[in-house]
Amino acid sequence: MPVVEMQGICKEFPGAKVLKNVNFQVGKREIHALLGENGAGKSTLMKILTGIYSKDSGEIIYQGQPVTIDGPRKAEELGIVMIHQEFNLVPQLSVAENIFLGNEAPFTRFGQIRWKSLLEAATGYLKQVGLKVDPKTPVEELSVGEKQLVEVAKALSKKAKLLIMDEPTAALTEIEKEKLFSIMNNLVDHDVSIIYISHRMEELFQICHQVTVLRDGEYIASRSIAETNMDELVALMVGRQVEDRFPKVAAALGEQILKVDNFCNEKLADVSIEVRAGEVVGIGGLMGAGRTELARAIFGLDAVKGQIKLNLGQKNLHRGRFRHPQEAIGHGIALVSEDRKDEGLVLMGSVLENLALSTLEKRSRFGIINRRRERQMVDKHVQRLKIKTASVTQPVSSLSGGNQQKVVFGKWLETEPGLLILDEPTRGVDVGAKVEIYQLINELAGRGIGILLISSDLPELMGMSDRIYVMYEGKITGHFTRETITEENFMRCATGGVR
Amino acid sequence: MKNLKIWIQRYKIGPLIGLILICIGLTLMSDRFFTPSNLMNVARQVSINTLLAVGMTFVILTGGIDLSVGSILAFSGALAAGALAVGMNPFVVVIYACVLGLLAGTVNGLFIAYGGIAPFIATLGTMTLFRGATLIYTEGRPIRAVEETFSNLGGGYVGPIPTPVIIMAAVVILAWFILTRMTIGRRVFAIGGNEDAAIFSGIKTNLYKVLVYGISGLLAGLAGAILTSRLMSAQPTAGTGYELDAIAAVVLGGTSLSGGAGGVLGTLVGALIIGVLDNGLNILNVSSFYQQAVKGIVILIAVLLDRRKAARG
Repeated sequence: MPVVEMQGICKEFPGAKVLKNVNFQVGKREIHALLGENGAGKSTLMKILTGIYSKDSGEIIYQGQPVTIDGPRKAEELGIVMIHQEFNLVPQLSVAENIFLGNEAPFTRFGQIRWKSLLEAATGYLKQVGLKVDPKTPVEELSVGEKQLVEVAKALSKKAKLLIMDEPTAALTEIEKEKLFSIMNNLVDHDVSIIYISHRMEELFQICHQVTVLRDGEYIASRSIAETNMDELVALMVGRQVEDRFPKVAAALGEQILKVDNFCNEKLADVSIEVRAGEVVGIGGLMGAGRTELARAIFGLDAVKGQIKLNLGQKNLHRGRFRHPQEAIGHGIALVSEDRKDEGLVLMGSVLENLALSTLEKRSRFGIINRRRERQMVDKHVQRLKIKTASVTQPVSSLSGGNQQKVVFGKWLETEPGLLILDEPTRGVDVGAKVEIYQLINELAGRGIGILLISSDLPELMGMSDRIYVMYEGKITGHFTRETITEENFMRCATGGVR
Repeated sequence: MKNLKIWIQRYKIGPLIGLILICIGLTLMSDRFFTPSNLMNVARQVSINTLLAVGMTFVILTGGIDLSVGSILAFSGALAAGALAVGMNPFVVVIYACVLGLLAGTVNGLFIAYGGIAPFIATLGTMTLFRGATLIYTEGRPIRAVEETFSNLGGGYVGPIPTPVIIMAAVVILAWFILTRMTIGRRVFAIGGNEDAAIFSGIKTNLYKVLVYGISGLLAGLAGAILTSRLMSAQPTAGTGYELDAIAAVVLGGTSLSGGAGGVLGTLVGALIIGVLDNGLNILNVSSFYQQAVKGIVILIAVLLDRRKAARG
């Protein structure tokens, strides 16, 4: 008997049918992957299951009984708990306080918290998730992986029977991920079922039993993991065959365009790298290895000691470092940052305003914007990058993740960079859009642009780079060509092993 | 009906509709409201607050706040009166007041952008500082500012229209142009919308922060000159509490206090709502104690409606 059965679920928002007659069921002791591109309806379906949205029609049968889930409280009472991608933890409070946040009642006497029993209970849950920290530790002192486990402990404290995890591994290191997986398996042994949402296909085959694919708000198929493969799943998701997940085209390499010599600051220890025209240079490593910090230092965001030499035509030669991104941009560097929502886009701004933001001077005279030329520029990028938007005056927040990322790309392409730094360019982007981004990387490299590709997605890094530097604790610990890199080599360097 | 709602949201004319409704209500309640002379009167009364509120709009669009505008108004007004008394050319006096305001605003901007002090705290400090400086300069007494040419600034007319109203209109149009048609405006919106993204896009955010506080100060200086001219004297306590009316006008006009969305046309409407209410309640002989309460209620209702709209959108 399935734990939960959602039948014929429909949901319509003004102007859009988000879910069309979707069926979804999760068996007991099952880790069930919910797969689909952004906008396929996964999160809407989960929001209905957790009582955040109400459904227009359809039925939910939970442990054999038809139920009405009319709010998050009700979902929790039933034991349906969701762990969101962005954690719901209060950084300043202790681990124990966070676990029982809002559910302190059993540990109070006349409104006063009985710390001893609260800490004891917390210790019990921490043990279950295999987290060895003092429950009195403030959450802000924990690593991302540890925070994730606190979220799991919090879910367990709510007597979760059905756990929904949204991209739980997005920010975890390899080791933390393995640990999370073993805890998930352990939970399943204790009669918990898990719905697992992730864009990382490799993981599904590692941890899940069953998979359901949604596309455009419709139920497409369910498969047992043992009986399917990655190509089939990708085809189900995008509705067509994707021949090559990493369509790498080797570009002709030109002269050296970037040389970084001995970059040192708080996060970087004597980092030297070089990039040639038309080359895709990967930077790999675990979270916190200093990859983003290297990009920030090159781009003039952080102070750094050392030298940078650019060779992008005569006037772009520069030694020393940049003091502000404005200088770096002026010299032909562009940075697609890791965090699209916090650093890449002005979310409440329109598609047009975002696309134009880095190159306002180009189309203005005495500070007055030539709106006709601006419109032409914007239309050009919308067409070329196939940005799906109702109109360019639409706020960029209304676009899907993949299309938002294309807007960021368009903004930077308009600066006509000679060196493009991509920091996790495909994070949170669906399969179809990922391939489009890879093709764009190829096209840009083919035009002689040097690309510095930072990625935590190892297959992507290995599939797209001509050369790869591996970082560990702010140092370059490995340097490989496309031919010499293997996963074992990479992991050894990324975890601090010798070169 | 649904289409009308969408239309109102798209063109953000909710505040304008509110203003029109209030005007219709007052016209029905009193035959002394909707007359040319009274409307001109309202326009002149709102001109000072509008100038401050336009500057405040720039600041609030970047996600900041400027509590010092009332004090800057008094400070530059007093120094302008002092300069007039020692025989400075009246035209130069106006420029002098503007420059003083610009400098005072720049001080705010430097503290905020390069000193890293929160705008609320920084301008709270300078609000007290500039008020103190005004009291020191005036020794706590009004300074007379009687000079025929200078008096035209606040009390004169161009044709049938009071001079301050002309200045107000010019400032609103210029500010509208800067915010919607110029690179400065785009950057101001970007900084308020997402400061990190603005920095990543190569915008020198600190520079623009100094600029918006400078603009706010400059307009406060101009307003100080106009007020001094109109009253024919500079009062050491002039402009006390004006910053709150300016903020109220900005918020009533639909500009988001967290920055990144809004505009000066809304601010003008917001200032007019406050001005029309003041004027209408006077005409209706409502006691000034009640006037305050009514104004407060209107502001709360307006912002509440705006919140509900935002929550649904």
